[in-house]
Amino acid sequence: MQELIWIFVSALLINNFTLAYFLGICPFLGVSGRLDTAFRLGLANIFVMLITALCSWALNTYILPYAPYLRLISFIIVIASTVQLVEMAIKKISPELFRALGIFLPLITTNCAILGLALFATNKGYNLVEGLFFALGAGGGVTLALVLMAGIREEMKVLDIPKLVEGTALNLIIAGILSMAFMGFAGLFSAS
Amino acid sequence: MNQVQTTNRSAEEFLKGLWKENPVFVAVLGMCPTLAVTNTAINSLAMGLATAFVLVFSSLLVSSFRKLIPKQVRITAFIIIIATFVTVVDFMLAAIVPQVHKELGAFIALIVVNCLILGRQEAFSSKNPVGLAMADALGMSAGFTFALLSIGSIREILGSGSLFNIPLFGSGFEPWVIMVLPPGGFFTLGFLLLFFNWLQKRRKAQMRATPSTVKP
Repeated sequence: MQELIWIFVSALLINNFTLAYFLGICPFLGVSGRLDTAFRLGLANIFVMLITALCSWALNTYILPYAPYLRLISFIIVIASTVQLVEMAIKKISPELFRALGIFLPLITTNCAILGLALFATNKGYNLVEGLFFALGAGGGVTLALVLMAGIREEMKVLDIPKLVEGTALNLIIAGILSMAFMGFAGLFSAS
Repeated sequence: MNQVQTTNRSAEEFLKGLWKENPVFVAVLGMCPTLAVTNTAINSLAMGLATAFVLVFSSLLVSSFRKLIPKQVRITAFIIIIATFVTVVDFMLAAIVPQVHKELGAFIALIVVNCLILGRQEAFSSKNPVGLAMADALGMSAGFTFALLSIGSIREILGSGSLFNIPLFGSGFEPWVIMVLPPGGFFTLGFLLLFFNWLQKRRKAQMRATPSTVKP
């Protein structure tokens, strides 16, 4: 149990996908303008990551031992089509949930964070339960980074920022400062 | 009959990737490898070349088959082509330079989701003949490698006081460790973009001052 919690906390804070591994930077810079959009994108991320963990575990266990060179192609195709299927199911079962998350699903299916999750989980040899906790932590970490960034950017709208600095350059520098703050969490492990 | 024109067009497509439409500094594409593996110049170069290999060969294939790939499934087809070449490069690096392969780790496999590569297939290779597509792919690869190498060099020089593992400063140099850690990637690219913004603004101001000379 403790092992699972460590996997979760490590993916959530210490090895934060966005701020330490630079995965999912595109939505992090692109869709972090508004707080509630960012939060919903984060939730959609968690959702897709859980599906990914399930898919990659199934592939790793049942198919890839026989054809390791198909790893990348099969990850991408299986994850993308599963997300599509689940999306259709949600649309049917709960239109409300679909309205909240739906538009983001095509955006994040197999972006770097999703494929990265599948690859890291494979490299670390996680089993199904560990993989799901890893996905939950990683998705939570992405959500956390997105929400923090969106919060800062919403505040910045009322500030008087030089024209030259506005845009991607400033966002990257803010992300750098956030990333520095998250480095502090590295102490969590050695303390225990 | 228009040999000269074709050559000119190819040269133009090549050069635009290098500078005017540089994938990293201007279009801000392919962020995740750009920031993640540029902590040393060698890693940056390896990542740049691996991406170049994938981009050039995917463009070659997509452009050759552009009339055969049905429009509805083109993205899937592109991704399968790209993933194939990424698998090739993954195994190739593992065989030739195992040390670098180990350091880049999962990021080699993540070339698949580099938006730069899929973007070029969708925007250019699937619409243009092989020659032009190659020129475009080579230019974009060169631009990407150049950008990665410059970020990597800056980070390695500031963060460990060396370049390509050759120490540059005496033993008195206190390395700026944060630059080789994740935040350094964000800072370096942020300040580089700032610098390019400033360049562009200055050029615009100059153009306004002498309006009759150049038209974009």
